[in-house]
Amino acid sequence: MSNDDFHPALPGNADFALPQAPAPKPLNGKRPIPMPDPPPAARRPRRAAAAAERAEVAAELAADKAETAAEKAELAAELAADKNELAAELVADKDELAEEGETAAKKAETAADAGTAADAGTAKPAPRRRARKLAPKAQAKPTITPTPTPIPDAAQIPAGQPETTPDTVDIWDQRVARGLAFLRRRLAGAYEVDDFGFDPELTDTVFHPMLRVLYRDWFRTEVFGIENVPESGGGLIVGNHSGTLALDALMLTTALHDQHPRERHLRLLGADLVFRMPVLSELARKAGATVACNPDAERLMSDGELVGVFPEGFKGIGKRFADRYKLQRFGRGGFVSAALRTGTPIVPVAIVGAEEIYPILADLKPLARLLGLPYFPVTPTFPWLGPLGLVPLPSKWLIQFCEPIPTSHLTEYADDPLVVYNLADQVRETIQATLHSLLEKRPDPFGP
Amino acid sequence: MVSSEAAAPPRVVVVTGISRFLGARVASRLAADPRIERVIGLDPHDPPPAYAGLLTDVEQIRADARAATTAIAELNAEAVVHLAVTSAPDPHHGGRAAMKEQNVIGTMQLLAAAQSATRLRKLVVRSSTAAYGASFRDPAVFTEDTEPRAVPRGSFARDILDIEGYVRGFRRRRPEVAATVLRFAPFISDTAETTLTRYFAQPVVPTVLGRDARLQFVHVDDALEILHRAVIEDHPGTFNVAGAGVLALSQAVRRAGRVAVPLPEAALSSVAALARNLGVGEIGLDQIDLFVHGRVVDTARLVKEFGFTPRSTAAAFDDFIRGHSNGSSLTADRLATAEQAILDGIRRVRAAAAGGSPDAAGSGSSGAAAGGSPDAAGSGSSGAAAGGSPDAAGSPDAAENHEAVTR
Repeated sequence: MSNDDFHPALPGNADFALPQAPAPKPLNGKRPIPMPDPPPAARRPRRAAAAAERAEVAAELAADKAETAAEKAELAAELAADKNELAAELVADKDELAEEGETAAKKAETAADAGTAADAGTAKPAPRRRARKLAPKAQAKPTITPTPTPIPDAAQIPAGQPETTPDTVDIWDQRVARGLAFLRRRLAGAYEVDDFGFDPELTDTVFHPMLRVLYRDWFRTEVFGIENVPESGGGLIVGNHSGTLALDALMLTTALHDQHPRERHLRLLGADLVFRMPVLSELARKAGATVACNPDAERLMSDGELVGVFPEGFKGIGKRFADRYKLQRFGRGGFVSAALRTGTPIVPVAIVGAEEIYPILADLKPLARLLGLPYFPVTPTFPWLGPLGLVPLPSKWLIQFCEPIPTSHLTEYADDPLVVYNLADQVRETIQATLHSLLEKRPDPFGP
Repeated sequence: MVSSEAAAPPRVVVVTGISRFLGARVASRLAADPRIERVIGLDPHDPPPAYAGLLTDVEQIRADARAATTAIAELNAEAVVHLAVTSAPDPHHGGRAAMKEQNVIGTMQLLAAAQSATRLRKLVVRSSTAAYGASFRDPAVFTEDTEPRAVPRGSFARDILDIEGYVRGFRRRRPEVAATVLRFAPFISDTAETTLTRYFAQPVVPTVLGRDARLQFVHVDDALEILHRAVIEDHPGTFNVAGAGVLALSQAVRRAGRVAVPLPEAALSSVAALARNLGVGEIGLDQIDLFVHGRVVDTARLVKEFGFTPRSTAAAFDDFIRGHSNGSSLTADRLATAEQAILDGIRRVRAAAAGGSPDAAGSGSSGAAAGGSPDAAGSGSSGAAAGGSPDAAGSPDAAENHEAVTR
């Protein structure tokens, strides 16, 4: 601690400018992506791809239907036939293809192409539009259409298909079909898990949507400097730890996934206590976390993953409210040597807001020792309100990613304690300075 | 150590443990190799009649490791392949005491004999990835250099640590002998019979509540290939042998179409102990440790040194599934059929509703969907019975197709 206080006098830090003045980056409010320019550009291809994919699926389906139409004698067959006609007509206008089933497929492909080429936002309604045209009611309604050709076709389509009902049903149908497909994949084990137990499908489909509610609606999180996170390749995200329960790690994961143009997953390094607990260990591994140890950190970083680490550990999340936003000791700097050994850039990140979610007024050490926990917190709500005390207070969160610190030129110093210590200290000071500037931006901890 | 270029295949090979699955197959493979003149099988037990066909070209000596001292010296053995390592106590052959006798004392005596065999050039020892122990602070992926953090609870894992300790001593005393230690992940194939394959073959599989271990397997054929190369070529050192990739325990159970029953760890331990005492099951602390901690190894060194990549864990497990399809209830096919049936049902309901009152259709269909999905989870077989088209089951895109149709 005392060393840390005198850190500017230590050699190797002379060139380090303390307050990074992160002010120029604009507050992003509730916008999902903070940067003014990149977001639309960055998101467009994604949405276009999604639209294209959807169109493709629709096409495939139509083709499939065409093949199996004869087999199904029921309503399904009728529907398929209708679809087929529709597809064929559409194709006739657009291309010269005449084969029924195959043309349907090709048509879909072209539709997909059109979707990518056209503005992403407008491409999206294309598949739904078709369904609407089939519906008796919606027929007359003009819809916004990106590609001009299909519209006249649609007008010619005979009305009164008994099958399709208004739009709401279609949305529900999609959701149900998607949900069932997801359920089936899970039950059949048809998904991939990496060496660390990370299950991307489960994380994206279940964990992130749940965390997003906390992230967006409860904590109203704002993110700055996402451009400092590497576009691709390895990175070591080092943050301050606070908040009694490690919600800051989860919110950081959500922030990176939602704000980063590449939707990167953060691979957290957790204390072994996490992996000792039965259910928690399973969830942590599936969400991409692993035990905080150098072999794992180095393996992840050399695989090009973003690794998240909180060097303060329990000292950080278990500190009392009176010590809020005071960084604790950074341990031996093992995270720095792991980054140095793999030449991975270090991105310090400051998280403001987590300190207020469960303010620790006192720490019942004997009880903690009895339960084998690192601390037993007493918050304004926790032991008193029972499980209700687990509801975090709705503080306002700010997350700032700082300039990355390159380490590729220091690879041979991975075992040099002086270099490691100085670098750890530089990271620590950066985070502390950024915390102060973020706190100035947020006068009211529970503000809007 | 012997340089790789100078090494010719050994002419006389002694294989221990030929009364067992792996030993019999390795001995038979080596005997079929024309570069090897003599293959002598050493085992205290007579091989079961089922292996008689495999062992026709193998000279068999019915002796335990104690008697092997003279045998190895008299036979002028140039290579010793030590496979007489038992992974689970066999109640018909003396239980745990006999297992330890064979694993630890047997290895000790065999290595003592090998140490005094002047012609010996090569030693290949079967080990296991259990050598890495099981601790909550373990790294997720073990390399050959990882030291176990705690002495494991399981008897097999402890035996393995002892065996590897003896091999280390042997290496010190006979540095010119190329000693290869192969740490195998659990074996699996469509026909192999191990504790784990019997475990996964049960229709209802007990697992540990709140844990989802990461598992790796190695296909028996790949293990045989690696063992063969270790004898013919020169690969001194310790190597992990496993299929790349990982299956979570729950995922493996689901892929096998079995039903997992999660039990708290303590309950599972006592149930397993009770079952063992009754002679029903054979899940021991080794398996429970594996199911709690999981075990994943890095095989980069193996692939580089042997120039051979074992098939992936998922592929090896698929082979197991093919051989054990009876007893599975929730197969992928049935699930797909159930899904199809539910979607068909929804459409039919909606069509009927649309025929009556179009406005009510929206809420009606979504309600049917919500009511239908638990069925898919609960009973795959009933869904299969209701499912109209069996070929829909084969296509994993069935759901996506439907999604698009209904648009």
